Amino acid sequence: MSDAPGRNDSRAGLSRRQFLKGSGVTAATAALAGTAEAVVQAATADKTKEKTESMGPGPVALTLDVNGAKMETKVEPRVTLLDTLRNHLDVTGCKRVCDRGTCGACTVLLDGKPVYACTTLALEAQGKKVRTAESLVDGDKLDKVPAAFVKADAQQCGFCTPGFVVSMYAAFQANPSAGPGEIEDALSGNICRCGTYEQMRDAIAALCKVKRKEA
Amino acid sequence: MKEIDYAAPATLTEATALLARKGARALAGGTDLIVQVRENRRDAELLVDLKNIAELNTLRFDAKEGLVLGAAVPCYRIAEHPDVRKRYPGLGDGVALIGGVQIQSRASVGGNLCNASPAADSIPALIALGASAVIATPSGTRDLIPVEKFCTGPGRTILGPGELLVHLHLPPPAPNSSSAYLRFIPRKEMDIAVVGVGVALALNDNRTACVFARIALGAVGPTPLLVPEAGAALAGRPLAEADLERAAELAQAQALPISDMRGSADYRRHLVGVLVKRALRIALQRVKGG
Repeated sequence: MSDAPGRNDSRAGLSRRQFLKGSGVTAATAALAGTAEAVVQAATADKTKEKTESMGPGPVALTLDVNGAKMETKVEPRVTLLDTLRNHLDVTGCKRVCDRGTCGACTVLLDGKPVYACTTLALEAQGKKVRTAESLVDGDKLDKVPAAFVKADAQQCGFCTPGFVVSMYAAFQANPSAGPGEIEDALSGNICRCGTYEQMRDAIAALCKVKRKEA
Repeated sequence: MKEIDYAAPATLTEATALLARKGARALAGGTDLIVQVRENRRDAELLVDLKNIAELNTLRFDAKEGLVLGAAVPCYRIAEHPDVRKRYPGLGDGVALIGGVQIQSRASVGGNLCNASPAADSIPALIALGASAVIATPSGTRDLIPVEKFCTGPGRTILGPGELLVHLHLPPPAPNSSSAYLRFIPRKEMDIAVVGVGVALALNDNRTACVFARIALGAVGPTPLLVPEAGAALAGRPLAEADLERAAELAQAQALPISDMRGSADYRRHLVGVLVKRALRIALQRVKGG
């Protein structure tokens, strides 16, 4: 569960490929600066511009809208939204667990839809609204979904919890009158290795204002 | 992940030019591609993000034209589309089964097809519904290929360098017709089909006999398979249990299953028979109920 690779590969500044490209050229730094500038230009170019240039593999400037705040950073195109949020922007509610689009711990909302941040490139999230579990608290007041998790003690180690909470929040946003079955279906892309599903069902029952049948 | 370049063109001309470059790969939802590149299962030097291209985001139905399904349209938009639910329910069944909610927010049917998994959940329904793939080439032409000819092997398609799947075209449904897709997996979601079956059928006006039927199988061959004999055997039949049994046997005979961790070849062949009959009953019920 090391965060180190993401941190290293995107903050190194001079990647191996660029180094090879630039080696032997005395003005390597200047050339790289030029590339970065072109890349930033391409990233912000208006749609009417005929030619779309590719950017990378070096770091590219980008602006993300995260939990309502504009955040700027530079990442290589290969860096995922998850690693960008955690390692570059210090938004650590989304967790890196499977890192292959299976477990749901990295779930964030992209324009309101739940997605795996580990299989989304940071560049793809430009111009979209990113929301993480951090957005589900206002001062000391928790949103009703995380509040129900707390009340039902629906976590053990808690590492999967932000992903579950975001998925469940999205399900209630999509259908405020959803029943427990629909909410459970909406959690199909999240996994809890501690097995706190029973307590989550209690939380869901409380949110759906239904009584749970004893199993 | 290895180093990559990235481009997000806004037009098809730019996209095909970029895709003609060495190591270029088309990126739609990325749910397969990003994992494959990270795990070195697919080589990529340049990812061409197609989501800014209007043609690839189109999803529209017209009674004359049929359904135009842009290659980058995410599954959730397809599953929610009223015309898909009403007129192409087999496609709706397939996209609603792909991955889980987070995958469906991003994954596209175009990507599912181009990833060319033999077990892809959207492909058997597309084949059964007679869908064609519309392909843009670097020279600016458009090619039209029946979906059953699009995949050439596991992970391989007919697309050449610079070629791009623009959209899928589904013909308008015949009168008194419907469709269904069923798959078997040990769990409810986030799994890969052991067997998948897509069917489409049309009945005559008084709904006493089948006019035509198309049946396609997933995960029982190197590509999703159209089994024409099984569908043809239903034409003119009242779709009694014996007719369904006959179609199931013909489909089983044409399946080319292998044994792997998801199931043995014999088990898969058995499932083909079970799922063909069930899918046909669902489609039949949908015609009669709707």
